[in-house]
Amino acid sequence: MSQTHAPAPSWQEDVFAALKKRGVQQIAYVPDSGHSHTIREAQRDPAIHDVVLTTEEEGVAVVSGAWLGGQKAVLLMQSSGVGNCVNMFSLLQMGQFPFLTLVTMRGEYAEFNPWQSPMGRTTQQALELMGITVLRADRPEDVEETVEAALDSVFEAGERVAVLLGQKLIGRKKWERD
Amino acid sequence: MTATDTLPRLDRRRFVADLVSRLPEDTLLVTGLGSPSYDVFAAGDRPGTFYLWGAMGAAAPLALGLALAQPDRPVVAVTGDGEHLMGIGTLATIGAQLPPNLTLVVLDNAHFGETGMQPSHTQLGTDLVAVAQGFGIQNTVRVTDLAQTEGLAARIRARSATTYAHVLIDTTEPPRALPPRDGVANKNSLRAALGLATF
Repeated sequence: MSQTHAPAPSWQEDVFAALKKRGVQQIAYVPDSGHSHTIREAQRDPAIHDVVLTTEEEGVAVVSGAWLGGQKAVLLMQSSGVGNCVNMFSLLQMGQFPFLTLVTMRGEYAEFNPWQSPMGRTTQQALELMGITVLRADRPEDVEETVEAALDSVFEAGERVAVLLGQKLIGRKKWERD
Repeated sequence: MTATDTLPRLDRRRFVADLVSRLPEDTLLVTGLGSPSYDVFAAGDRPGTFYLWGAMGAAAPLALGLALAQPDRPVVAVTGDGEHLMGIGTLATIGAQLPPNLTLVVLDNAHFGETGMQPSHTQLGTDLVAVAQGFGIQNTVRVTDLAQTEGLAARIRARSATTYAHVLIDTTEPPRALPPRDGVANKNSLRAALGLATF
């Protein structure tokens, strides 16, 4: 089965290139359109396990297990998923696991769906309350540098870091189907 | 009335001790919070064990990430019905990966033991073997007799298919055997056993 896709925005290509360059071997995710390029590339890269999750908190444990076993892993999710993870983040604190999550934001810019807003407004605070350092990129040209900086902190210094990818990057969602 | 109501139930400590004693030295173990952690610790502390004391629901997905990272070693999650049910969707995630070296051992006493023995879902309608199979894990076994332990250990040693073992245990609560609660030390010692640096 082959599908054709519109070319990915270059900032999405920058994300996957950075993960690949640092030797990430497991990518666990609950999908979002902003992560679609990374997910697609992970699926076709034999050196990477792509792990689709039913809920984001599973991913916190999957990437910690990967680290225990000597592999670098990242967790991809949408801002609504951060709330699902809160108690599972205690695993990261208790084990001081290196942890990187890339979070595409909803509920903060030209949001059509108000149900995205309660979690979108509190994503950064929820992460910080659970001891995770938050970085942010809102312009395409900042994504590569921010993700690489996060990879340094996580895998060189053993930190727990979330990179929020602003909704402006993804642009306005088109709600009417042609 | 559920499928397991009339089946015999094992002594948890005896079963876990018997199983662990039959596992190869390079086996990696992840234990779910509460009694399964105590059972595995009581069977003898091994450097390749990660004991969870919280993060309820983490045992299976943690073992999944570990199994994918260490394909040449058996990886076994030992957990209880309550911990397992909190993250039951993980079975779908595991069913999509099916790492051949991963085994889930669910010790089911049909109660929430740590919090006062409230009845759990497995005596209120849930059939865990049917659930696992429905999520795509075909290699399942229901353990109701200690004589089945060697067969399960052989499957774990073989690393030839993701295995789901539903172990019916009774509600006796053996003396607590408390593993270390320092997750950082546990992480570092497990990684050291694999020849890995702290970070």
